[in-house]
Amino acid sequence: MRVLVAMSGGVDSSVAAGLLVHAGHEVVGVTMKLWGGDSDTGCCSVSDVDDARRVAQQLGIDFFVFNFGDDFNRHVVDPYVASHAAGDTPNPCIECNRHLKFDRFLERATELGFDTVATGHHARVAIAPSGSLRVARGADALKDQSYVLSMLTQAELRRVVFPVGHLTKHEVRQEAATLGLRTATKPDSQDVCFITSTKGRSGFLSTRIPLTPGRLVDHQTGEQVGTVPAVQLVTIGQRKGLGLAGDDEPRYAVDVDVPNGIVSVGPAELLLTTDVRLGTLAWSDGVVEGPVVVQCSAHGAPVPATLEMAVGDDGSRQPTAVVRFAAAQRKIAPGQTVAFYDTSAPDQVVGSGIAR
Amino acid sequence: MFPLAIEAMVAAASQHFGNPSGAHRLARDARRLIDDARQTVADALGVDLGEVVFTSGGTEADNLAVLGMAAVSGGVTMCSAVEHHAVLDPVVRGGGVLVSVGATGVVDRSALAALVKEHQPAVVSLMLANNEVGAITDLEAASNVVHSRSPATVVHTDAVQAMPWLPVHELASTADLISISAHKFGGPKGVGALAVRRGAVSLRARSIGGGQERERRGGTQNVAGIVSMAAALAHNGAEREHTNDRVIRLRDRLEGELLDQIPDALATLPPKTLRLPNIVHLCLPGIEVEALLVLLEQDDVYASAGSSCSSGAMEPSHVLAAMGIDRDLAFAAVRLSLGWCSTEAEVDHALRVIPNAVARLRNHRAKAAV
Repeated sequence: MRVLVAMSGGVDSSVAAGLLVHAGHEVVGVTMKLWGGDSDTGCCSVSDVDDARRVAQQLGIDFFVFNFGDDFNRHVVDPYVASHAAGDTPNPCIECNRHLKFDRFLERATELGFDTVATGHHARVAIAPSGSLRVARGADALKDQSYVLSMLTQAELRRVVFPVGHLTKHEVRQEAATLGLRTATKPDSQDVCFITSTKGRSGFLSTRIPLTPGRLVDHQTGEQVGTVPAVQLVTIGQRKGLGLAGDDEPRYAVDVDVPNGIVSVGPAELLLTTDVRLGTLAWSDGVVEGPVVVQCSAHGAPVPATLEMAVGDDGSRQPTAVVRFAAAQRKIAPGQTVAFYDTSAPDQVVGSGIAR
Repeated sequence: MFPLAIEAMVAAASQHFGNPSGAHRLARDARRLIDDARQTVADALGVDLGEVVFTSGGTEADNLAVLGMAAVSGGVTMCSAVEHHAVLDPVVRGGGVLVSVGATGVVDRSALAALVKEHQPAVVSLMLANNEVGAITDLEAASNVVHSRSPATVVHTDAVQAMPWLPVHELASTADLISISAHKFGGPKGVGALAVRRGAVSLRARSIGGGQERERRGGTQNVAGIVSMAAALAHNGAEREHTNDRVIRLRDRLEGELLDQIPDALATLPPKTLRLPNIVHLCLPGIEVEALLVLLEQDDVYASAGSSCSSGAMEPSHVLAAMGIDRDLAFAAVRLSLGWCSTEAEVDHALRVIPNAVARLRNHRAKAAV
C-alpha cells in the first residue's frame, strides 16, 4: 500500500509513520504548512517541521512540506474569527480536519497516486454490521479523538488509516523510544495551533475584529452586575473570568448577545437544557434518527439522546437536526460540535453537527 | 562540481593545511594558494587582486554589500523587487526602497531614476541575472541611470546566477560591488566572493575580529573551498562559450517541445527577453506545482518552484508577483534548470515525463470537480 502520512512533528504521527514503515508499506511523510503567523504549538513552527523531517530521515522515508496556508486561512482561520465575532464558540481543529487533513490533503494524496492517508489520531476505523466504515474511539480513552473526526464520511474513511488508534499514549511513547525517534518524549500540543501562549485568544482576535466590552446582566432581575472586556470571548457556561467569584451561589454566562453587548448570567440550573439544534450535519453513512449517544465536547461524557431531523428551520436550505437529551444537561454553546455515537456500538461515530 | 574542482579541493585540504593568516612557511603556503585564487577571481570579475573579498557564499556577499554600505553613511538602501532574498531581506528590514520591475523581470529604469533622485541611496542593488526566471539586466544602462541621478550612490550587483553563463567582467564593469557563489559554476557550496572596488572601498565589515580580507571579512578563510572555487571559475571561463551553445540548444528544445505538448502552457518571460541559457520557466495553468514536483521526482526529474521558506514549504514567488503574475498562476509555475552536464538524453527523459505528469494532475482535478 502507498501511504501518505501527515506528520505534525509530534510523537503520535511519528509513530504512525514508523508503524507503517515496519509493516512494509511504501510510506511518504508530509508536514502541512498551514499557518504563516506566530505560533508556538501545533505543527507549523520551523522546529516542528524539523522534528517531522528528522523522524522521516530516521525512518528512511521521503518527506515533503505542503503549503496549504491559503486554504487554512479560508477554511479555518477566517471562519474562526467570524464565529467569535458573532459570539459563538468555534472549534477550529474540527474545521481543520474537515477541510484540510481529510479534504485538501486527502485529495492531494489521491492526485499523487497514494492509496491511503494516515494521521496520528487516537481513533480507529471500524466496520459496522452494515458493512460501512465508521470512526471508532481510540484505545486510550483519555486520548480518544473520535469526536474531532466525527465529520468523516465513507468517502474519506475508505482512504484513511489511524495507525496508533489501537495503542495507548504510553504505548505510543514506548514505541517511539524503541524506534529511537527524537519525538518520543516531546510534550503533546495543547491548544489551537495559531494562537500563541503569549498573546492568547484575545491577542489573536483583537488584531482581526473589534473586541467590545459587554455588560454582565442578571438573567432574572435584569440588573447590571459587572462588565467584561470583550463580549466576543465569553462562552455560554463560562464562570471564570466574569468577576463574579465572590457570589454565594455560582453564576454562569447563560446567554451572549454580541450586537447589544450583553452577557446574561444566572445560576447553574439556567444552563440546563433538554435539546440543542444543529447544522453542518455530517453522516458517516447516511442520516440517522432516533436513539443515539452524544458527546458535546472533545472529552465530554457521552449521554443518551434522541436525534430528529428538523424542518422549516430558519428558511435556509441547510438541513438541521434536533438532539433531545434523555436528561437535562448543560447548554451547548453555538459553534460547538456534537458527535453522535451508535447506541448498539457506542464506540462508533455515526455523524455530527454544529450547535446553532 | 567539476571534477577538477573536487581534485583541487582535496589537494588543498590534504596538502596545504596551514592557516593563511599565520607567519610560518605552512601558513605562507596556504596564503599563496588563496592569493592565486584571488587573482583568478579578480580576473574573472574584471577587478584588481586587492578588491576581492572571500565569503561563505552568495548570501554573505550580498548581505555584506547591502549592510556594509548602509553602515558607512546610514543612508537608504534600494534594490529591485526581484532580488534574491539575500539582498531583498536586508533592504526591506532596514526600511529600504524597492524598485518595480516590468513583465520582463528586470528593473524599470524610469522608476529607478525617480527613486534614486528622490532618496539618494547609499547603495542600489540590481541583480545581473535573475535566479528564478533568468532575465538579464542591462547593468551598464541601469548604473548610468543611478550615477547620473546620484553620483555618490554605490551600485551592487548580485552576479551569483549570471557568473557561469555571462562575461561578468564586461557586463558588470559599472558596478562597484559584485557578488558570486562557487556552487553556481561547478565549485563547492559554502564559498563565494564579493568584489569591492572604487566608490565602495569604505564598506564596513559585518564580521569582525581577525582582520582577514583587509578588515572587510574577519574569519579564517576556507582555503580548500577558495582554491576549488578558483579552479572551477577558470574552467568555467574557458568552457563558457562552448557550454552555452550546447545548453541553449537543449533549453530551446526542452522549452519548445513542452510548450507544444502541454496545452495552455505559457513561457513566463515574454518572447525575445534577454535571458540566461539554462532556465526554462513555464506557467502551467490548472496544476499545483507543489504536486507536480512530487510526481516529477518519482520519475527522476528534479525541478523547482518559487522559493522555500525556513520550514521548507514553498512560498509563491515574489519574483513572479513583482512581474505582475497573479497568485494562482504563480502556484502553477515551474522552473527547469539545465547545467553544464545536461544531456540530450536527459532532455528526452524530461519530455517524456513532464507532459504526462501535467496531464495526470489536470485529469484528477477535472474528475474531482465533477
